[in-house]
Amino acid sequence: MAHVFPENSVGLVSPKVARFDQPLALACGRQLNEYEIIYETYGELNAQRSNAILICHALSGHHHAAGYHSVEDRKPGWWDACIGPGKAIDTNKFFVVSLNNLGGCNGSTGPGSRNPETGKIYGADFPMVTVEDWVHSQARLADTLGIEQWAAVVGGSLGGMQALQWSISYPERIRHCVAIAAAPKLSAQNIAFNEVARQAILSDPDFLDGFFIEHGTTPKRGLKLARMVGHITYLSDDSMGTKFGRELKTSQLNFDVNNVEFQVESYLRYQGEEFSGRFDANTYLIMTKALDYFDPAAVHDGNLAKTFAHAQANFYLISFTTDWRFSPARSKEIADALIAAKKNVVSVEIDAPQGHDAFLIPITRYLQAFSGYMNRIEI
Amino acid sequence: MRADLEIIQQWIPENSHVLDLGCGDGELLAWLKEHKNVSGYGLEIDADKINTCIEKGVNVIEQDLDKGLSNFANNSFDVVVMTQALQVVHYPDKILQEMLRVGRTCIITFPNFGHWRCRWYLATKGRMPVSDFMPYTWYNTPNIHFCTFKDFEALCHEMQMQVLDRLAVDGLHRNNLGSRLWPNMLGEIGIYRVARNVVKLA
Repeated sequence: MAHVFPENSVGLVSPKVARFDQPLALACGRQLNEYEIIYETYGELNAQRSNAILICHALSGHHHAAGYHSVEDRKPGWWDACIGPGKAIDTNKFFVVSLNNLGGCNGSTGPGSRNPETGKIYGADFPMVTVEDWVHSQARLADTLGIEQWAAVVGGSLGGMQALQWSISYPERIRHCVAIAAAPKLSAQNIAFNEVARQAILSDPDFLDGFFIEHGTTPKRGLKLARMVGHITYLSDDSMGTKFGRELKTSQLNFDVNNVEFQVESYLRYQGEEFSGRFDANTYLIMTKALDYFDPAAVHDGNLAKTFAHAQANFYLISFTTDWRFSPARSKEIADALIAAKKNVVSVEIDAPQGHDAFLIPITRYLQAFSGYMNRIEI
Repeated sequence: MRADLEIIQQWIPENSHVLDLGCGDGELLAWLKEHKNVSGYGLEIDADKINTCIEKGVNVIEQDLDKGLSNFANNSFDVVVMTQALQVVHYPDKILQEMLRVGRTCIITFPNFGHWRCRWYLATKGRMPVSDFMPYTWYNTPNIHFCTFKDFEALCHEMQMQVLDRLAVDGLHRNNLGSRLWPNMLGEIGIYRVARNVVKLA
């Protein structure tokens, strides 16, 4: 008998691929002449095509947001806590589209793909893509799916930034913008952490100027370090303290720099190791750069209220008390700008010890506040 | 609708932009949006009440009044409302100042500590009044700044606020003869509509 999935799971899902052959002009000045976007869908598109939700992923995310690819899967998609029948993003009500962004390494065209013009793997030749570029590519995906207007665009962290960009770039194509643990732009500290991660990759001898696939290598050490430093920023001091404290891996101190002594070291190494085996180093560079570059108010002299002047969406902002990567104060900047622009906005700050990662975790008040809002969305 | 809100809504013009401080479950804003096409926001810190606001489709912002209103621009609202919250904030005078800064007019309701029952309780028992209306003990109460109507009006005067309307009502929000004749003794709840004093140029 087949494995039985939980009742509130979307169950078995399989990704689809959309091919595009109209050139996509990018913010960097270059263009992608042809590209593919891998995506998954959950739920049914209604006859009026008014119940579609777009899920935008964060730095290391991808299209597999909910359900299982096979009965052997140990874990469901990355946002399964929030997507499924009866969940915050209820697939009985909504048609959910989740994609892997361009430049990614999970099936959409990215640095690991073959450049049709040269026949070689892109590697470092893959053009830099920005949040705006992603939103334009997502709009094309919406076109092919026959979705004129999203009931909502939803995302956490970098995904939240894409949701915000949607409300600015395509005001008439988005009814609700749900930005969770997001920021209107990165702080110097945020950029600094990204730069450390990039330097870790760039200085790995196996990186080979970004053409490592051609040479059959992987800059695993660099990627591992990048993930380790990134991961620290996803957790809170509190949650690390509770999870690991100063607990030792061994029974005593070894007075040896080569030994893993504290549990937290072991955890970070494991996270880095696992990540370096599945992620593309060039993708990591692109994603962190896209984060750094995101600043929609820049073209409005830094005036965020002016940036949202033409937005028509209703906004929902969720932040978490112990998130120090994109703290509640950063969400408040967005809320204040929207209030100044007299837009509809709901803004909540969830008391949660888990830091930035809280947006992925089924925290009672978070789920209540999330589903309360989603349930009200008219389709 | 809650009786005091029924009175307040009459003082809020159609199509106006309203800020509701301590908006609770969003009853007033939801009603105003539906019946008077009013836009605006409610500030609240109670998680359950915020959820109710969300379910009602009210623009609720999780924000603590004691941290001020610095995120709101001068004159950005037609009306700023604060019902039954004056006595729970840390600095009632500062929040009033802020309300007058962001709103053109302000509506404030608060319980009258000068009501005869409070006076009677304190005079005869010599202890802080505890009643159905004010059910808290002095050491465990959200109400940290009680005042009487006279106190409030003295503050209005000091802060150069103009009282546009005022209504003293009983616990059931009835504006009876007693509370009209002798508000500070017979009124239990004060409902005030105030504005900045317009300084006339010589």
